[in-house]
Amino acid sequence: MNFSGYGTVRNFSEMKGTELKESSEKTGAVLVVGGGIAGMQASLDLADSGFKVYLAEKSPFIGGKMTQLDKTFPTNDCATCILTPRMVDVAENKNIELLVYSEVEEIKGYGGNFDVKIRQKATYVDWSKCTGCEECVSKCPAKIDDEFNQGLGRTKAISLPFPQAVPKKVTIKREFCHFFLKGKCRVCEKVCQLGAIDFDDQDQIIERKVGAIILAPGYEVYDAHHSPEFGFGRYPNVVTSLQFERLLSAAGPTGGHVQRPSDSQKPKRIAFLQCVGSRDQDHGYCSSVCCMYATKEAILAKEHDPDVDVDIYIMDMRAFGKGYDDYYNRAVEEYGIRYIRCRPSAIKEIPQSKNLLIKYQEGREGLRTEEYDLAILSVGLGPGSSSLSLSQKLDLQLNEYGFYQSDPFQPLLSDKPGVYVCGVFTEPKDIPESVIQASGCAALAAGLLAEARGSLVLEKTYPPEKDVSAEEPRIGVFVCHCGSNIAGVVDVNQVAEYARSLPGVAYVETDLFTCAQDTVLEMREKIKEHNLNRIVVSACTPLTHAPLFQETMQEAGLNPYLFEMANIRNQCSWVHAREPEKATEKAKELVRMSVARAAHLEPLTKFPMPLNHDALVVGGGISGMTASLALADQGFEVYLVEREGRLGGIANRLHYVFENQDPGELVTSLARKVEEHPRIHLYLHTELKKFSGFVGNFRSILSRRTDDGAGEEIEVEHGAIIVATGGQEYLGPDYGYSRDVRILTQLELEEKIASNGSVLQGIKDVVMIQCVGSRTKVRPYCSRICCGEAVKNALRLKEINPEARIFVLYKDIRTYGFMEKYYTEAREKGVIFVRYDDEHLPEVIVAGGRFGPKSGSNEHQRETEKQAAPHTQDMAFSVGQPEPTGHSTAATMQGRGETSASEQYWDSLTVRFYEPILDEMLELHPDLLVLSTGVVPSEGYEELSRLLKAPITQDGFFLEAHVKLRPVDVAFEGIFLCGLSHYPKYIHESIAQAQAAAGRAATILSKKFLEVGGAIAEVDSEKCVACLTCVRVCPYYVPIINVEGVAQIDPAACQGCGICTAECPVRAISLRHYLDEQIIPKVESLLAGVV
Amino acid sequence: MNQITEDFEPQIVAFCCRYCAYAAADLAGSSRIQYPPNVKIVLLPCSGKVDELYLLKAFEAEADGVYVAGCLEGTCHFLTGNLRAKKRVQYVKSLLDEVGIGGERLEMYNLSSAEGQRFAEIAREMTERIRALGPSPLNQRKSKEGAIK
Repeated sequence: MNFSGYGTVRNFSEMKGTELKESSEKTGAVLVVGGGIAGMQASLDLADSGFKVYLAEKSPFIGGKMTQLDKTFPTNDCATCILTPRMVDVAENKNIELLVYSEVEEIKGYGGNFDVKIRQKATYVDWSKCTGCEECVSKCPAKIDDEFNQGLGRTKAISLPFPQAVPKKVTIKREFCHFFLKGKCRVCEKVCQLGAIDFDDQDQIIERKVGAIILAPGYEVYDAHHSPEFGFGRYPNVVTSLQFERLLSAAGPTGGHVQRPSDSQKPKRIAFLQCVGSRDQDHGYCSSVCCMYATKEAILAKEHDPDVDVDIYIMDMRAFGKGYDDYYNRAVEEYGIRYIRCRPSAIKEIPQSKNLLIKYQEGREGLRTEEYDLAILSVGLGPGSSSLSLSQKLDLQLNEYGFYQSDPFQPLLSDKPGVYVCGVFTEPKDIPESVIQASGCAALAAGLLAEARGSLVLEKTYPPEKDVSAEEPRIGVFVCHCGSNIAGVVDVNQVAEYARSLPGVAYVETDLFTCAQDTVLEMREKIKEHNLNRIVVSACTPLTHAPLFQETMQEAGLNPYLFEMANIRNQCSWVHAREPEKATEKAKELVRMSVARAAHLEPLTKFPMPLNHDALVVGGGISGMTASLALADQGFEVYLVEREGRLGGIANRLHYVFENQDPGELVTSLARKVEEHPRIHLYLHTELKKFSGFVGNFRSILSRRTDDGAGEEIEVEHGAIIVATGGQEYLGPDYGYSRDVRILTQLELEEKIASNGSVLQGIKDVVMIQCVGSRTKVRPYCSRICCGEAVKNALRLKEINPEARIFVLYKDIRTYGFMEKYYTEAREKGVIFVRYDDEHLPEVIVAGGRFGPKSGSNEHQRETEKQAAPHTQDMAFSVGQPEPTGHSTAATMQGRGETSASEQYWDSLTVRFYEPILDEMLELHPDLLVLSTGVVPSEGYEELSRLLKAPITQDGFFLEAHVKLRPVDVAFEGIFLCGLSHYPKYIHESIAQAQAAAGRAATILSKKFLEVGGAIAEVDSEKCVACLTCVRVCPYYVPIINVEGVAQIDPAACQGCGICTAECPVRAISLRHYLDEQIIPKVESLLAGVV
Repeated sequence: MNQITEDFEPQIVAFCCRYCAYAAADLAGSSRIQYPPNVKIVLLPCSGKVDELYLLKAFEAEADGVYVAGCLEGTCHFLTGNLRAKKRVQYVKSLLDEVGIGGERLEMYNLSSAEGQRFAEIAREMTERIRALGPSPLNQRKSKEGAIK
């Protein structure tokens, strides 16, 4: 087993060194195993930074488990909407060779040079001919259970996995095909007009040379048949959470109508049972995602039918990610979802009604029985079906649960050099974590193969553009159903009919999903067939979907600027769901406006602009150092800026992790590598002072404090920037913190344990309070790491003194993933966990008064509190009344930190708390009170946010461009995020995210040129009177008055905001793509006619 | 006139910047926050692109209300675009007052891309305001609709 007792930290560059000796030439290609969201991300990042990618996926389609999801938490983004463009990107990328229905057969060689054999299974269909028309599917007589819909629907032996599948090709399942079973049928062959059916098809062995391998084989959900007590498979109305996901989906077996299987009736009472196949005797780990997906499914069930009652039987609500607690709170407060803190042991069915009975006990209430129409088993995540065979081929050891548990300080490395690991293969995790790890793997693979970058890639070329300037507008309008997202509210056919009547419109169609691969491909044909010269897609938002359609236009020889979107989903069906008629009218108006603008659009071209290939990394903690190394190892110059005089950040205060390794050693080793790396330019005592420019060409002024105190300014040019500014411990005056030497934070306790644990031998009673400064009114987010910290330190205290009584007062214990094992161990060793809630907050009584959480439920006002530094904070009381005991606070303060733990205390420390099982208030007089304080952003985050124009959340963490699929990018291009500046997280998560930020930055820095131009400002020198208005108003100082005495705007520098065009008094400047004659008709058309 | 006002559905044009206001509208959508369908968005790269001409043209084309939505002050993606827009909106408001259309039919709003809820609030607020004001004096649409009916 490799999950415990790792050796010392492995060294990237040392590893690379040995490989360099083995092979002088590396292969600039990477094999990615697994085409789920992680494998897709790794493939796209590598293909975008100069590497050839072979993506092997065992099923006949890419997208993985995410394709089966209806929505994603915590934004309720439709999974199809965000995933489909990604799948299309992968399929369209010329540097990714897609090998679906394929499994790895053999891997030989070593990091830098592998020879891989891949078995591509026979589909019995010639995919070069198949169009996915499904004619064969409708005629096939062999009906089988639909695997994609989790057995809830029926499909055929020849089928397309699901309507939006990429690639959209049919496959014959040999084991069900009548021809293969009985020797006759061949109906599909007869009906296929393209002659694509090939019963003689054979498995193919494909051989490729690659320099690195990324493993992302994913997971399988737990088979609920193995928990017979819940009746899955026997009781029709017991379904799994993944089945329920299909029931919720508009594209699912019931068309998005939630029905119970026994009688197709709408359920009125639904129960979710958590931890099925997780956190039990056979699965000692937490699956990390079930609490959140159950909450999401419960919310969606409520949205489908507000009258449905939803109960979730749960042990701990593990909402530990960014925005997750907020989502959970909304589920309770807005949707009225009931969370019952109990793990029922069985489900019983009432045979007549097929209803289900669940017996449970909560608190002191005694046993109760509830009846439900539908029960959903929240099944856990188990190892992927190919995890074992894959790991055997590479001689990798899986852990006791069947996952590849990597070294926490090198989370993306396997034991085999050149082989990287990501996604659920290594541990159950959610989509953003998987995407982060995938980008991180891409960075590491690119580091290994840096010298071979660009050696095997192809440049993307398009057919020559058709000149449409002399043509009258021939507009094609594509109206999307978006499943039921639009069509469920807006009458799509009416909109399409109306579009046909609009001037300039030559072609109109409606699509189930306009962004589906086949539709996109057909769009190319439609453009040619109908000689279209403008395209209007009436669907969702151009911010996410315009590039997909514009690319399609380019492939059809149309300039991508001849494109307009009408956002009839985000701006219409979703926000006017209760007014379908008005929504339909508005959709028509939006289409009319888009058609009016489209008619006036003109083609624009871009040209290549040189860029700076260096990176600036702000923050020298573990994240900043890791990101710098991951970039420098790829050959990029890195400027690493650290405000303090020492590298390491908050990790300098950490001394051990669960697996016993020393973060101090990690910091030392990283710092040494950073200092020695020829491409890393380290600036200590330095802060970012000024920041300007745009992706590819940023300019920063750094301000360094020099020894003489004078300070100096350093100017740096760079193409990308990584924010790794970290976080700090919350130090509020909660629970009497800083009033008594016996009250410590977990970090302070850790320091004590590490520096001189024997001091703590005499400690008998310890109380730990969780969620101090987290999950409160003021700071509603979960700090993610405090539960693990508490369990880790409790176990250490138990090692020092096994007799110590340790009480952990908690709201939910959030030891997700493999950490669950340590929570179990702590309970086995006698650590007592007592749950509290907002109605029963613990209270601490020390000299000077009674204390609760500063930001507790009594305090509704959002305050701007200063971090209360220990020893010096003011003594304001927050909860309860001050009850001076006669001891001077000064004495208490003085005592703090200066007295040793063995010294006499002059007063008892009392913790009062409510014990829910006894239903009583208890009082303890502990020797130590340890506060599990949360993580807050480091100082100066607001200033940095303003400087970079990078948005922050209301909690002060930097906001990613998309919570699921762009977890390390900032919306402002060229800025990336990692570590605690993004959200509280563990070291291994920070490392992965830092590597991911490097991987994402490399997709920019590795480019030879950036494309510029397009929608930029242009001066009409005939009209210009050189009044200098544009020179004054441009925020980027771009316009100049040239030698001819007129304004000139450099197209490479122009950012396309259009400010100058609106200010120019003689209207001499125009912004391409936003010309007056393109915008005004759009406005006028809105009001031009009564629909 | 009163009768018209009661079932009066104002047409409102919202000029939204791409980086904050339009993204906030998208977020309002994905969060399914409901607001009145009277608001129609015109996407601009920056609120600073809003031309006085566009605002006036919108009223000329018989819009009952118009607003410009940009990033929060100090966080404009293009640094100062939203401040430029604010000035222009102020100026056009005064023009609208002078010609008797009424400056309150035009407004400038600032919000961040994370404020889907705020976007919906603004849409509600503006719709209610214009509904209370009644049709724009330039609005001939009502009588046209009446004629059709």
